[in-house]
Amino acid sequence: MGLSYILRRLLVMIPVFFLVVTAVFFMIRFAPGGPFSSEKKVPPQVLKNLEAKYHMDEPLVQQYFRYLGDLSRFDLGPSFKHSNRTVNEIIAEALPVSMELGLIALCWALLIGITAGGLAALKPNTLYDYIPMSLSIMGICLPTFVIGPLLVLVFGLWLGWLPVAGWNSWQDRLLPSLTLGFAYAAYISRLTRGGFMEIRHQDFIRTARAKGLTETQILTKHALRGGILPVVSYLGPALAGIITGALVTETIFNIPGLGRFFIESALNRDYTMVMGTSLLYFSLIFLCNFLVDIIYVVLDPRVRYE
Amino acid sequence: MAILEIKNLVAHFHTRKGIVKAVNGISYSIESGQTLGIVGESGSGKSVSQLSYLRLLPSPPLRIPNGEVFFRGNNLLTMSEDQLRTIRGHKISIIFQEPMTSLNPYLTIGSQLVEPLIIHLGLDKKTAWKEACEALDRVGIPEVEKAMKVYPHEFSGGMRQRVMIAMALTTKPEVLIADEPTTALDVTVQAQILELLKKIQKETGMAILLITHDLGVIASMADKVVVMYAGRVFEEGPVETLFERSAHPYTKALLKSTPRLDLTQEKIPVIGGSIPDLTQIGEGCPFYDRCSYRKDICKSTFPQNRNVTQSHQTFCHVEEL
Repeated sequence: MGLSYILRRLLVMIPVFFLVVTAVFFMIRFAPGGPFSSEKKVPPQVLKNLEAKYHMDEPLVQQYFRYLGDLSRFDLGPSFKHSNRTVNEIIAEALPVSMELGLIALCWALLIGITAGGLAALKPNTLYDYIPMSLSIMGICLPTFVIGPLLVLVFGLWLGWLPVAGWNSWQDRLLPSLTLGFAYAAYISRLTRGGFMEIRHQDFIRTARAKGLTETQILTKHALRGGILPVVSYLGPALAGIITGALVTETIFNIPGLGRFFIESALNRDYTMVMGTSLLYFSLIFLCNFLVDIIYVVLDPRVRYE
Repeated sequence: MAILEIKNLVAHFHTRKGIVKAVNGISYSIESGQTLGIVGESGSGKSVSQLSYLRLLPSPPLRIPNGEVFFRGNNLLTMSEDQLRTIRGHKISIIFQEPMTSLNPYLTIGSQLVEPLIIHLGLDKKTAWKEACEALDRVGIPEVEKAMKVYPHEFSGGMRQRVMIAMALTTKPEVLIADEPTTALDVTVQAQILELLKKIQKETGMAILLITHDLGVIASMADKVVVMYAGRVFEEGPVETLFERSAHPYTKALLKSTPRLDLTQEKIPVIGGSIPDLTQIGEGCPFYDRCSYRKDICKSTFPQNRNVTQSHQTFCHVEEL
């Protein structure tokens, strides 16, 4: 895999990006309602002024090209709902918070998931397998809005060890990140177990055993790389999802993250905000998958990209 | 004295469908410098018997309720896992029948080759690397320095089997178990690999335990042959007399069903029926259902060994075939 491959991958991103922009732009515009429709009747003159301010009086195609023009200067435009703030500003403020929360959560997920999955794979069909795997079923089934309040109840209110909400000290990071990471940990533990169980029955593991390696040497040197591959391919979409999709966690713990804007903007028909968050999500997915593809090459020498 | 001696080895798999009696009391031995060929159909227990005492099969389901396996007088079945590990891959090496999948695809050839040298002989990385290069060179791999750095998928099947052989031989084992080493390879490569094994055996004096279902390979390689069927040894003897004076109905049938170039045959005879269900076999001779010489006693008791010549013995109630 050379530089040319990386360049080509990035170039491919441009037309796809263009398609996503176009699709989201027209889809949200065609959705019924608009940013200025509300229960209260707005005087026609005010509405007119508002529409003029946001160029909504222009034909749709013209608006579209205006948006493309702004976008080429990395200007995502003013928010329709949050007056006097641009989408750029809002994202710049909320994204770091969401990234921090997401990355801490992902670290938990990897730590807990791989440990539990590895243990289960080492001692299949024993308690070391059954207990983590039952917990992981729970983690997959229990929604965040159950786990979050439960953690708050136990560690915040009953035991009083950790703050129940906010985003200032490091203690504030613990409960939200655990809440968010739990479901991901559950998935990762199952993928790890599956990956290792499959590798354990490969012929080359028998060869390693036949050579006289200890079980620990077999696990760390011969089984780890192949066993971890399913987790790696899951990480790309997971990372993008964990950063942008933390709405519930952010709401429970009152965290000024991005998730809120994601949902709000769609409900409010905040056209520019919808565009901004969607394009951000797309870019994250794209970059994360790209990263995963590169890690794949490092882990598995048989994988080659031309 | 025999370097490896198997006595009354029994190996069963306890599965949900019942007890699969894969090996049912087999005994044979092999001496240094000798090649012992083990022949039999698929499922006759030739591989399982070897893998079982080396503890290379998952246990459970495997259980070894009976038997002894002596390597240089030490019982492999009673020693601890740590003790066995100092022998396995060091004094007793194995080549598997699947060269395409037996090497780790995620590691370079070199890093896999040096492992036995570092673990068993305690060599430092540099010396081990040099020795591994020599080992590759001995099995006829060109440009060894380059070969050490590539990954298995860049090699063909024949080359990979050479790597497996090189890897098995780095520690200069006293016993080499070759489990159908050439089955997955084409005929020309097969001949090269067998030649190679013979040559190395001449140099090092190791004993080779050659597991195969190819009678041609046995005829050209082995000194002594053991014929196995449904987890039992049916006949054992020197390769010459066993083929010429086979004294067991199964061996005879097996030889008859081998295509021959020196005879014009319209149809190759086959042995009717198929190998019995290993969960159902009892105390009798497992060949009973397919045997054309069978007697009533065969159904209930497996025969004692009977000498055909001093070194050739058979396990059959029928004396005149």
